[in-house]
Amino acid sequence: MSKKSFRQAINEALRQEMRRDPHVVLMGEDIAGGQGGTSGVTDAWGGVLGVTKGLYTEFGPERVLDTPISEAAYIGAAAGAAATGLRPVAELMFVDFIGSCLDQVLNQAAKFRYMFGGKARTPMVIRAMYGAGFNAAAQHSQSLYPLFTHIPGLKVVIPSSPYEAKGLLIEAIRDDDPVIFLENKVMYDDEEDVPDEAYTIPFGEANLTREGQDVTIVAIGRMVGMANEAADRLEKQGITCTVIDPRTTSPLDEQTILECVAETGRLVVVDESSPRCNMACDISALVAEQAFHTLKAPIKRVVPPHTPVPFSTPLEKLYMPSADKIEAAVKSLMKQHTHEVA
Amino acid sequence: MQIARDVLLQSYRAMRTIRVFEERLHVEFATGEIPGFVHLYCGEEASAVGVCAHLSENDTIASTHRGHGHCIAKGVDVGGMMAEIYGRQTGVCRGKGGSMHIADLSKGMLGANGIVGGGPPLICGAALSHKTLKDNGVAVAFYGDGASNEGFTLESLNLATVWKLPAVFVVEDNGYGEATGSSYACAGTQKDRAAGFGMKYLECDGTDFFSVYETAGEAIAHARSGKGPVMLHVHLSRWYGHFEGDAMTYRAAGEVAREKETRDCLNIFRDKVTQTSLLDPTALDDIDHAVDDEVESAVQAAKAAPWPEDKALMADVYVSY
Ligand SMILES: Cc1ncc(C[n+]2csc(CCOP(=O)(O)OP(=O)(O)O)c2C)c(N)n1
Ligand SMILES: [Mg+2]
Repeated sequence: MSKKSFRQAINEALRQEMRRDPHVVLMGEDIAGGQGGTSGVTDAWGGVLGVTKGLYTEFGPERVLDTPISEAAYIGAAAGAAATGLRPVAELMFVDFIGSCLDQVLNQAAKFRYMFGGKARTPMVIRAMYGAGFNAAAQHSQSLYPLFTHIPGLKVVIPSSPYEAKGLLIEAIRDDDPVIFLENKVMYDDEEDVPDEAYTIPFGEANLTREGQDVTIVAIGRMVGMANEAADRLEKQGITCTVIDPRTTSPLDEQTILECVAETGRLVVVDESSPRCNMACDISALVAEQAFHTLKAPIKRVVPPHTPVPFSTPLEKLYMPSADKIEAAVKSLMKQHTHEVA
Repeated sequence: MQIARDVLLQSYRAMRTIRVFEERLHVEFATGEIPGFVHLYCGEEASAVGVCAHLSENDTIASTHRGHGHCIAKGVDVGGMMAEIYGRQTGVCRGKGGSMHIADLSKGMLGANGIVGGGPPLICGAALSHKTLKDNGVAVAFYGDGASNEGFTLESLNLATVWKLPAVFVVEDNGYGEATGSSYACAGTQKDRAAGFGMKYLECDGTDFFSVYETAGEAIAHARSGKGPVMLHVHLSRWYGHFEGDAMTYRAAGEVAREKETRDCLNIFRDKVTQTSLLDPTALDDIDHAVDDEVESAVQAAKAAPWPEDKALMADVYVSY
């Protein structure tokens, strides 16, 4: 066990799985870097933010494949390779670039198993960065996990910390279905204790980062940290919260969410993705349908507005959910007139 | 080739403006005051300027993530660009786009682009507008060697040919897409790719304004006259990292220094026009000073400009609601 950054945790998961299983191959743009360069330096980048650094040096060009800027071809190649014996981990750099290769995910990888009558396995992982807060503007800041969650056949993972990232990525690589693994780009330098050995965290099992009496907060990815911060502050004001990190939006641990809401009677969902048809809608619908009678107050969603992500710092700050906004949402629920639950 | 004196002066001024603008951004970025990603165009100035010298506001261009040079060459306001890069209300996109999304449709500038290969399909559409509206306009897509490997780009070459569009596809080949050399990433040649679509192909030295100007003139005249699209392959070199913060360990030691010494488009231009007495060195010096002042005041104005107001967040998602 030692302190590791989110970046190191992911690097270590990839490295350990590549050592364990020779079928695991990586592909992506500049995941090594330096191919065809004039200095002869290989592994020059190790990914645009250095996440895959050193893997080319250890595993060589047959297992760490730099690609041309041709997402449709290499994401499709990952699907084809997965269906025929390899276990590819393809890096899409920014999840926004899914626009250039969505067919390979939506109509190909996600549907093989079902369309082929259960006769295919497509053990591929697509890693990509998501999220706002980096001044990366409208084409490099989206949180597109609802888009993937919407597609039957895909599993969707959004780790909320370095520990979560390592265990969930190893699980993703060992899983036999196509997995979308989304890394929040502002979290790469976050640190916490992470075991040195390989371990897995199962999909579809939510993590309760804290338990309380008054309000259940379901938060996704980077929002988990913000929810915990808000809960810390609220506790000092006498309001205690349960914070749920679903870890995976597909599959979704509905049971845990319903149980916690039954205990607290109040629900806040914090979701960084665009507010229409996002996870906050999905989880709200789940609770409205199956736990309506346990609610003491209306469900509250802390989400950005229905706009592209703005570039300018103050606008982006206004756009983003925050601990302040979560705290205010929880307090507003505590003030609501509540009806007695029989 | 005869080039009018005012075209030479304007072109020098545009190249010089790009150079000073970008070098200033390099310095300002290091102070941490500029948010987001910034990709500099230094070393490539003659390409944007040599091509855009043949275009008017009636013509359309689409640019890339490395878009500042194309914007300046197409006449986008330098002060408005700087303010945009600083995320201020006075920016050309009101601070909502930033470096990678500078656009000004009133100048025929259809936008820088955060998506590699985003431009070529848009330029097919712009060319279709020009053709359908019979406004005599042409549409020009600038894109990199890396972007030449995107499916969108290759589909666009085909579509433009099938529709016989007044389009020019300018491949700015600086030898790298991020940290990967085009010798690794690009199979075959750009020339053969054009030939594969039956498209006219021209190439030029992107560090020599005169080479670009002459070749682009031929390409644009061809497209404008209704003979169909052209690929213009421009050979050049980028002087800074892929984006600010890239240490460029993938490039040989001394490579950039050598490029700067031997292939600086500003020096090449100055030598040519002064040796042939086309322009007086003092005319160029005057431009240098004016440009320094213009960029300095753009930076000062940007830093002093107001941030966008909160209500801007919700504005302009749609035309009508
Ligand atoms: C669809 C898409 N894929 C990948 C990227 C990330 N990216 C940004 S610039 C770039 C390299 C582009 O190389 P090139 O087209 O040669 O242009 P240059 O940077 O050399 O000007 C890459 C891979 C992106 N922005 N969009
Ligand atoms: Mg390039």
